[in-house]
Amino acid sequence: MLAMEYRGPQRVRITEKPMPEIKHPEDTIVRVVRSCICGSDLHLYNGNVPDTRVGETFGHEFIGVVEEVGTEVTKVKVGDRVIVPFNIACGKCAFCKQELYGNCHEAAPQATAAGGIFGYSHITGGYAGGQAEYVRVPYSNVGPTVIPEGMDLDDAVMLTDVVPTGYQAAEMGGIQPGDTVVVFGAGPVGIMAAKCAWLFGAGRVIVFDREEYRLEFVRNYAQCEAYNFESIEDPVVFVKRTTDSLGADVCIDCVGAEAAGSAMQTITGRKLLLQAGSATALHWAINSVKKGGIVSIVGVYGPTDNLVPIGNVVNKGITIRANQASVPRLLPRMIEHVQNGVINPKALLTHRIPLEEIADGYRIFADKLDNCIKPVLIPPSAGM
Amino acid sequence: MEDLAKKFEHIKGWGIDADPKNDPTYPMKKRTNAEHAGYTWDRPTQQPIDVEVLHSNERPNITAVFGGTVPPSGLSGKLRRYAFQYGESSYGHWLPLLLADRVNVVEGIIDDLKKGHVPNIFAERGMKASWKHDRSTIMKKAAIGIFAIAAIAAWKLGKKSGERD
Repeated sequence: MLAMEYRGPQRVRITEKPMPEIKHPEDTIVRVVRSCICGSDLHLYNGNVPDTRVGETFGHEFIGVVEEVGTEVTKVKVGDRVIVPFNIACGKCAFCKQELYGNCHEAAPQATAAGGIFGYSHITGGYAGGQAEYVRVPYSNVGPTVIPEGMDLDDAVMLTDVVPTGYQAAEMGGIQPGDTVVVFGAGPVGIMAAKCAWLFGAGRVIVFDREEYRLEFVRNYAQCEAYNFESIEDPVVFVKRTTDSLGADVCIDCVGAEAAGSAMQTITGRKLLLQAGSATALHWAINSVKKGGIVSIVGVYGPTDNLVPIGNVVNKGITIRANQASVPRLLPRMIEHVQNGVINPKALLTHRIPLEEIADGYRIFADKLDNCIKPVLIPPSAGM
Repeated sequence: MEDLAKKFEHIKGWGIDADPKNDPTYPMKKRTNAEHAGYTWDRPTQQPIDVEVLHSNERPNITAVFGGTVPPSGLSGKLRRYAFQYGESSYGHWLPLLLADRVNVVEGIIDDLKKGHVPNIFAERGMKASWKHDRSTIMKKAAIGIFAIAAIAAWKLGKKSGERD
């Protein structure tokens, strides 16, 4: 089968790999029909995530058709078209029982801090990802969910990560009616977080980014204010001035390790790898939120350390809430929102790229070429 | 809660202000207190361990399922095995892993060449897309590269002719 293969920082290619096999009674084999490149894949692509091995296949946002099932699989059957959440979760451990499916303790042997994720280095289990024609899906009685009749496949693939992650970013903000919410980052997750902030009753939603075309998109899509931080001297001062000098009620970091905006953070975090990525967005979020406010983090950082103003967290009495999205918990509600027209996820898909052109796909997304917001990969065997 | 109150009855005032509704993780976490029982759940069936799987020294075992597509090998594999002697909060864990990743890149190129495959670095870096959508940046980078090479060459030539004089 064809699969994406990592060869080193900013080097990927398509290659022929053996077909995946059932390794566990709860496994299924899924033929991939849509697979996205995620912003967090760029941390892997840039070589910033430790234990990312040459030969790995990335990809944790995919949907497909069940081709084979293990002996203990009851939730799905051969021929089902399924949404596969990016979390690999057993459903039995203490954390899954609490619906913390992003924190399963039975899916990633290499780390206790991370749960299992498809195609996301060996820190999250060393699983092959979905940027391929076929993929092994463990714990298929928990994650995979049949795509509802009539749902567009382009909407369905966005339910594997982007929509639930954006929704949970807003949910973790504990937004109360009338709150001012600031979202850092107008990538796909930031756009979705801004959209979802309204669902929790926000009174004002402000987004920061530096790409004008993304700011224009989020203004229209999420009906919010959007500003280019490069044209503002200091985004934190800007937030204070626009919120009666108190700060926002809720700030959301939807950027993570690839943040721009601070030379010191960029050099130490992205160039020299002296910290686990550039924490500029988180820095701004902590300093922009009001005293007693909430900072929600869904931006992905590496596993070592980051320079953030923790003293201000204490002095301001901030609550920080963060997690990988618990996709199986949120999926039923997200499906409802899509079916009722509350959220239109496929509007974010700007580029359809054949899987065979994976290297160009990564380049377009990484460098934000051709006004790219979200690329979706179509394998040659997709057939739909 | 009653059981815990009994357990801590020797501590005056224990739990008198406890308010389960005041849980900062609500509604992200369905509170069950299951984690207080420790590592006691009925574990899923263990996937056969038929490849080398490194596991964190902060856990007693290999998880019930795991990915085994790229087991550790070569010099990078040795570095990874070394790294896993250290806990997840130690630089002794992460720095060798980052080093192993870089070593692994060189191993990948050697492996390609051994198989008679010369990696097409330009294609792997997606330069076709850059050429199509961002030609000016490529031209700028190429011009800087050519200028730098020319400057070094001129400096070297100048130095040599200076030595002859």
